[in-house]
Amino acid sequence: MLTSNPATVDPIRRDTSSRRIGRFVRRHEEGVWRVSGRTASLLPVGALLFVVIVLAIKAWPAIKVNGFGFLTSTAWLPGNTYGGVEHVHGVMIPAGARYGAWPLIAGTLQTSAIAIIIALPISIGTAFALTERLPRWIAQPVGFFVEILAGIPSVLIGLWGVLVLGPFLAHDVYPIVANNVPNVPVLRYFAGSVGYGEGLLTSGLVLGLMIVPIIASTTRDLFLQVPPLPKEGAEALGMTDAEVARRVTIPWVRSGIIGATVLGLGRALGETIAVAMVSGSVLGAIAPNVYGTMTTIAATIVSQLDSAATDGTGFAVSTLAEAGLLLAVISIVVNLLARFIVGRSSRMSAPVGRS
Amino acid sequence: MSIITTGYPKTGWRRAKAAGFRVFTWGSLLFVVGPALWLIIGVVVRAVPNWRWNVLTTMSQGTSGGLANAIVGTAVLMLGVLVIAGTVGVLTGIHLSEFAVSRRGRASGATMRIAVDVLSGFPSIVLGYVGYVALCVGLHWGFSLLPALIILSMMVVPYIAKSTESALRQVPTNYREGAEALGMSTGYALRKVVVKSALPGIVTGLLIALSIAGGETAPLLYTAGVTNNLPTWSILHHPIAYLTYYVWTDWNQPSAEAHIVSFDASLILVVMVLVLLIVARVIVARTQRHAEGAR
Repeated sequence: MLTSNPATVDPIRRDTSSRRIGRFVRRHEEGVWRVSGRTASLLPVGALLFVVIVLAIKAWPAIKVNGFGFLTSTAWLPGNTYGGVEHVHGVMIPAGARYGAWPLIAGTLQTSAIAIIIALPISIGTAFALTERLPRWIAQPVGFFVEILAGIPSVLIGLWGVLVLGPFLAHDVYPIVANNVPNVPVLRYFAGSVGYGEGLLTSGLVLGLMIVPIIASTTRDLFLQVPPLPKEGAEALGMTDAEVARRVTIPWVRSGIIGATVLGLGRALGETIAVAMVSGSVLGAIAPNVYGTMTTIAATIVSQLDSAATDGTGFAVSTLAEAGLLLAVISIVVNLLARFIVGRSSRMSAPVGRS
Repeated sequence: MSIITTGYPKTGWRRAKAAGFRVFTWGSLLFVVGPALWLIIGVVVRAVPNWRWNVLTTMSQGTSGGLANAIVGTAVLMLGVLVIAGTVGVLTGIHLSEFAVSRRGRASGATMRIAVDVLSGFPSIVLGYVGYVALCVGLHWGFSLLPALIILSMMVVPYIAKSTESALRQVPTNYREGAEALGMSTGYALRKVVVKSALPGIVTGLLIALSIAGGETAPLLYTAGVTNNLPTWSILHHPIAYLTYYVWTDWNQPSAEAHIVSFDASLILVVMVLVLLIVARVIVARTQRHAEGAR
């Protein structure tokens, strides 16, 4: 305020035009930041609306024709794409076209469930090893290596899964498991033909490997935030490190771990390329045992969109939109759930000192 | 590291549980690091024996030839993502951190945060499908650069926005108060003090976003198409090649030549991602050291 008053300004510091421009910029800079920031942050909102609206419009004919049966039917018949057409509910479809998404939904949920069951304990164990077991000078590079795993392109993980891991498991691991497993519920699914390494369990393992870095690095950061005093107190009471982990460290950050797990679940549900490569991509089939070939919603979209485009009535493309909408709804629900869980946990430790 | 490790119980069950827990933590670390090493080494040992340097300079002929068109194509895609998603993401992050925290901006800020969160978890193939249906077919753009860039940007804007927001939030309150005490206008202080000191975090986010964009396959398959030629200057109606396409299609072609192309592309991708992530890490480590030194 004082410097802008001509009477108090040093005569040498005259109000030149460049100085006037500088003052103009400084005065209006905040407005520029505000307007551009607001405009930019409206774009993700708009993009999301655009995606959902396009999906809904494209899926509407398929929703009308397929009805609720889409969720439970196991048929995947493109119909006679060169011959006659039928009219169902005012929608033109190729004669004999029937679509059902139950195998895709089941495959998506099964692979993601396997991935979470494997990834969650391994992630917690890894985070614990990184924070409590390894000395710091080696824990940092190893932790960085785990983070790198999160950045490896999924197509490379799929390539490794189908060329290296799958054959190894089918040749050296699965037969041993399949021949020795007792005939009791749940474990029964581990018996039977082991196939060639492309299938449900391999997909689940590959997905697990992909989401471990997400959960493990978040959990490690959470473990580092646990204050040392409660842990030392528990140790002073005579607890073993296993008991300290189970009764102090993990409960301290439980909701954060759950949030990271649900985020990993979201990634597993939507993962496309790696699963398309290692699942065997068999349409309309539910795996008879854990080694069976199958497919997921995302893998079906990527492998079928090419041939769906040859359907002159556009019904196949519309059906894929319905499948995509289904996947989008699942992943949105999972994401909001994670947000809710993480949000509730972060409210408990409110950040202090920020206006 | 826990200091007290001598006070172990003599009774069997608790002792066994502690030992089991120890085995479990080391084992899970092994189960993460082992496959990761196996993966990277597996790609390298398959690509290196057949590596020819002219892969970098010759064009692809589908399942044989070089990868120059794909390398340039991936570089163009990453540059485009850096421009589009970088601008939108950084500005979104600034808005969420600086302006959407006031009482007036909080409601709209919550909507934007939810949109960013949902978009970051959105299945990439569904985004690719929408790009194909709405942009390539609906707007008659064909397989080309612009729809690919738009879809890729939708994928990585959330990452950039989140990392920018958290980098800005880590700027100490003292800096802002100091800038205000010196009489800086809010906008000037934002540019000269807040954004400047958060710059390493922002750049790290951008590098990670670039590595994601360069390694994506699903959203590009039905938006970018593929071509044996170098990218042209036209952003519509001309398909563009990218590295991940050759990994995805050539590994199960019958010819050995195609497998070599696939592994060469894999090796280039691995090196690219490692370089980007290590540079990002070095930036973080350097700034952390400086921050600790200043305290």
